Formats: sequence, C-alpha cells, structure tokens
Amino acid sequence: MEPFRQHTGLVAPLDRANVDTDAIIPKQFLKSITRSGFGPNLFDEWRYMDHGEPGMDNSKRPLNPNFVLNQERYRGATILLARKNFGCGSSREHAPWALQQFGFKAIIAPSFADIFFNNCFKNGLLPIVLTEMEVDHLFNVVSATPGLKINVDIERQVIEVPGAETYEFQIDESRKQSLLNGWDEIGLTMRHTDKIRAYEATRAQREPWLFC
Amino acid sequence: MAQTLYDKLWESHLVHQETDGTALIYIDRHLVHEVTSPQAFDGLEMNGRKPWRLKSIVATADHNVPTTSRKEGIADPISRLQVETLDKNIVKFGVQDYFGMNDARQGIVHVIGPEQGATLPGMTVVCGDSHTSTHGAFAALAFGIGTSEVEHVMATQCLVAKKSKTLLIRVEGKVGRGVTAKDIVLAIIGKIGTAGGTGYAIEFGGSAIRALSMEGRMTVCNMAIEAGARAGMVAADEKTIEYLRGRPYAPQGEMFERAAAYWRTLKSDDGALFDRMVELDAANITPQVTWGTSPEMVTSIDGKVPEPSREADPVKREAIERALQYMGLNPGTPINEVKIDKVFIGSCTNSRIEDLRAAAGIVKGRHIAANIKLAMVVPGSGLVKRQAEAEGLDRVFLAAGFEWREPGCSMCLGMNDDRLSPGERCASTSNRNFEGRQGAGGRTHLVSPEMAAAAAIAGRFADVRQVL
Ligand code: SF4
Repeated sequence: MEPFRQHTGLVAPLDRANVDTDAIIPKQFLKSITRSGFGPNLFDEWRYMDHGEPGMDNSKRPLNPNFVLNQERYRGATILLARKNFGCGSSREHAPWALQQFGFKAIIAPSFADIFFNNCFKNGLLPIVLTEMEVDHLFNVVSATPGLKINVDIERQVIEVPGAETYEFQIDESRKQSLLNGWDEIGLTMRHTDKIRAYEATRAQREPWLFC
Repeated sequence: MAQTLYDKLWESHLVHQETDGTALIYIDRHLVHEVTSPQAFDGLEMNGRKPWRLKSIVATADHNVPTTSRKEGIADPISRLQVETLDKNIVKFGVQDYFGMNDARQGIVHVIGPEQGATLPGMTVVCGDSHTSTHGAFAALAFGIGTSEVEHVMATQCLVAKKSKTLLIRVEGKVGRGVTAKDIVLAIIGKIGTAGGTGYAIEFGGSAIRALSMEGRMTVCNMAIEAGARAGMVAADEKTIEYLRGRPYAPQGEMFERAAAYWRTLKSDDGALFDRMVELDAANITPQVTWGTSPEMVTSIDGKVPEPSREADPVKREAIERALQYMGLNPGTPINEVKIDKVFIGSCTNSRIEDLRAAAGIVKGRHIAANIKLAMVVPGSGLVKRQAEAEGLDRVFLAAGFEWREPGCSMCLGMNDDRLSPGERCASTSNRNFEGRQGAGGRTHLVSPEMAAAAAIAGRFADVRQVL
C-alpha cells in the first residue's frame, strides 16, 4: 500500500443515516472476480436514473441530478461526510473498494459498522469518527462554503477546516503506523510465524480433535 | 476472576498482543464461498503465498447458484465465472473440503458448516460474509470478515483484531404460541436498533434462549450482525453437544467425549461482568413484521405502519418518511392489511429443516392466495432438501402452490435469477430489508417461516396465532 500521511480535499456531504453496503455497491456488481472497476457503480441506485447492470457504459447513463455526488460543487470530492452507522450490512470489501476507486480517501461519520470500518483500513481508506455534534457542525460548514477543502492529518490526528475549528480524532496506534508506512498487514503478521507455530502446538495438545 | 464466554474464547485464541491492545488471534475454521474469495486467492498467488492450514478451509458455492435445475449449469456468464473461479482455486490451492454446486451436500455456507459438524464449540470461525455470526450458536467466536482478511487468514491462520466490548442480551420467560426465534431476534433489534450492538460481541442468554433448539439459536445469532454486532453467541449445553454427536466433521468416539467435557465449560461464569446488559420479557414478544428498509423498522403483527408526524427527532422522522415512500406504505395502515406479491422461505436465517417443517405445518391442506405471483421454498442445503423430501414436505408445499427449489442464497440477495421486480412486495424469511436487497425497487418485509407461510395463504400479512 501507498503510505498515507495527510490529505487535503473537497468534502461531499451524504446526509443519510444507516447507509448500507448494498447502497454503496449494489450486488449485481459483486460478481467481478477482480479488485478494480467498482468506482463508476458506487451508490449506483442513487446516482443514476436507470437500473445499472455490469457491462453497461456508465458514461451514457442518465444521472440523478439530486444526488449529492452529481452536483457540480461536489465534483472531485475526496472526503465523504456521512451520518451514523455508515457501512452497515455485509462484510463485502467491494464497498470500500468502490468508495476508494471513486476517489475517496477519507470518510467522516459519527459511527461506522464494525466490519466496514475494519475493511477500510485494509485498503488505505481512512474512516474517521467524530462526535454527532462535530459532524453536524461540519455538515453546516460544508453546505455554507462551496468549494470547501479540508485537511486530514493522520500523523497529528487532526482535521483542519479553514476558517473554522480543528477537530481531533482517535486512531489505533498500529493502524496509524500501517497507514503512515504503507505496510502490508500479512507481511507484518508473518514476522510472528514462530509464535503462530508454537500456539498451534499447545492448542493441539489442549484440543486435539481440532488438529486430527 | 469470573469470565464471560467471549473472554474465554478470546483468551484461548490469543497468539500475540501489541501494547495498544491490537492482537493476533488464531482462526480454527475458515468457511469460503465464491463471492468474497477470488481476490483473496489472487492476492495469495501474486505474493507467492500458500494457505497456512488447508484443513481449516471448508468451501461451497452458494450466492450465485441457480435454484432451478442445475443440469444446464449457470446461464448468467458473470455468475458462472465466479463459481468457476472458485472451482479452479479449490484445485489450484489443493482445498480438500469443497461442496461444489453439484455436490449433494452443497448449500448456504452458514447452513452446511453446522450441519457437517465443521463448526464446533470453542472454535474461532470466520467467513467472508457478515452472517458468519450464525455459528456463534455453538459457543464459538464467529464473525464475518472482508476479502483482505480472507487472504490474511489463508496466509497466516490468524487475524489482526481488537477485543470487543461485551453485551449480554437476556430473554427470560416463555414465548407464546406462534412466536419463534426469528420473532425474538427481530424484537431484540427493534429494541436496541441496528447500531445497538456496534463494537460489542453479544451473548444471548436467558431461559427463552436456552429453550430454543440449536436451529433456533442459529437464527438468533445469524441476525446479531443486523443489531450491529460482528459476533453473537450462545453458551454450550447438552443440546449443543447432542446436535454435534455423529456429524461428519465432529470428533468421534472417545475423542468426542473428551471434547464434550471441554465444551461444557464454554459458558459465562456466574458473576461475570458484561459491559452492557439488556433484558427482554419473552411473554411480551409477538410475531414480528418489518415495515421499513432497516431491520430495526419492525413492529408486531397487530401493529400499524408508523406515523412519521409522531416522531420528534427530525433525523428519525426523515428516515421513516423515506422508508415509507420506498416501501409504498401509508402511515397508520394496520400491518395485517398489507397485501403481498411474493413469498420467500429460505436464507441462512430460516432455511433449516425445522423452519421448513414449521412453514409446511401452516400451509398443509391450504392453498396460496390468488394475488400471490410467486411463493418459493429454498432449502438451505442439499441435505435439508433431502430430509424434507423424505418427510413429504416438498409435496405439502407443491400442493399449496409453492415452488420447491434447489439450495442456495437465492432471493435473500438476488444475485442469481431469483429476485423481486420494482415495486413488488415480499414476505421474506431472510435477514435484510435494505432498499433493493431482493431486487432493485423490491420491497422486503422480514418475518418468520410460519408468518411467511400464513401470509402466502392469506395474500397479506396475517397473524399466525390465528391460523395455528
Ligand atoms: S442466505 Fe443471504 S445472508 Fe445468508 S449468506 Fe446467503 S446472501 Fe448472505
């Protein structure tokens, strides 16, 4: 993975709670056997007026003008501002892939579904939890300020909003180091190969039926 | 110190822990299916890595498979490619335990794991699928993972994780007639909300949970994820042990008794502390029906579609309005006046033999209503199907006007040909009523198998307690 230290970008507000993984990427697009190509179908049912299927030429499809990501002022947004329980539903990593391939680098919300939250980090997409009040405040600032760009700094764990306050956020130390250094998690775990083998040996004694 | 079941499971799988609490936990059972595995197998190959312990893997094809005759294979080329990719990966990586599309034991991954005895108490069980929480019914720590984690488990047999908080949900007392495990879990979600369990591992306890069969417990744990919790679990008891005795992947003979002795310890100690507790009175739970686009939007069969104007919180009001618009429902409509178009009995929540027996008990000697366009029963596995046929349940359903299909996920998520058309309303025994879940524009109401059967007969939602 690419190291990810900080990012400055345009914010798009998605003002809905409980945005689920089926909405983020509808299931007809999950049949792909690769990791790429999901961006054009992000939020497919909200973004387009017609029903999308794999293989369609998305550039020819009618866009829903009311959907936030289709509005001119949010073109090129790289930070998504969302409401509570974002990413609920399935464990499919296709959801963070789609968000990332659309161009998002970070998502800010008052809460995330656990599996989705976890999946984001595995792909270098940063989910940031702020309080309900802070998120409310950001929604107001964003709608009042066309073209607003904010800066997310992972090293210092802050979000800087020009002309407004700075928000601090929490992140696990190991996740932070992995993002900052672009580490491959499997590679990191492999350093513990001996420990894993030793664990297996004790476990095989204690619960032999699992290892026969 | 008194420990919770979750504490015990966590501790016994801890391989390594960092100072910030991030841990490496060992995974005993890895269930694999065609949707979330291709990119993981690819990743392994690209990096020249091999599966750490092939014997931990049990694989099947379930999400994309047709539920009509399989003689012709899969018509949709993209679905076919996904299943064929799994077939190839199984051979390439040397996985031995594979229940492919044409295997008699094929089925929904969360149905066949327990059925084969591949899910055992005290295990950690993962799968690239959020409903892996189902397996927690066996006092296992079971949870869904993403594709990167599927690859991580394959390569290292471990996962990077942090300990969750613990939530005990106690359901005490006896449920009334016609009230099932599905109603219990829907009532729980109605109470705590779809984010109520976020960050927690849930243990379901209390006399009403103990009274459930293993299949009922699976139904409850299956939907822990719908309450926001990655894992749900129930303590092991004699029912757990008896269910597993003689299953192909369970230990046999003397080894089984040795295992059972250990399994009996897999429960929360008296006085163990939970971070949070919620209690429900079983006697107050009625047959449930969801009215909205999230499992927490649920009410009793004697209830009504809510009136958004009565909701004070503006965010919630808007969510209700949006849901009612999508669902095509008017505020204040009694639930039992809502007519339906299709009925789906199936999915990893409710497609086991007891579910089918219960539904067949309702439809026996009756016929589906004239306004029902399609009523289908999709058994959870090939073995469930065979058992049901041996008991004559297929004939009961067919005589009542239901279709009797081949096992798979089917209309639970409509990745195969089984889906709703825009605007169609479905009584479904599955677990998610999200917008578009069963087909773009489709309207899903979650219910128990008995309630789905009663709705099929009445052509609208009906109180199963009056049909029993
Ligand atoms: S039956 Fe539905 S919820 Fe269960 S594994 Fe299949 S698609 Fe997922």
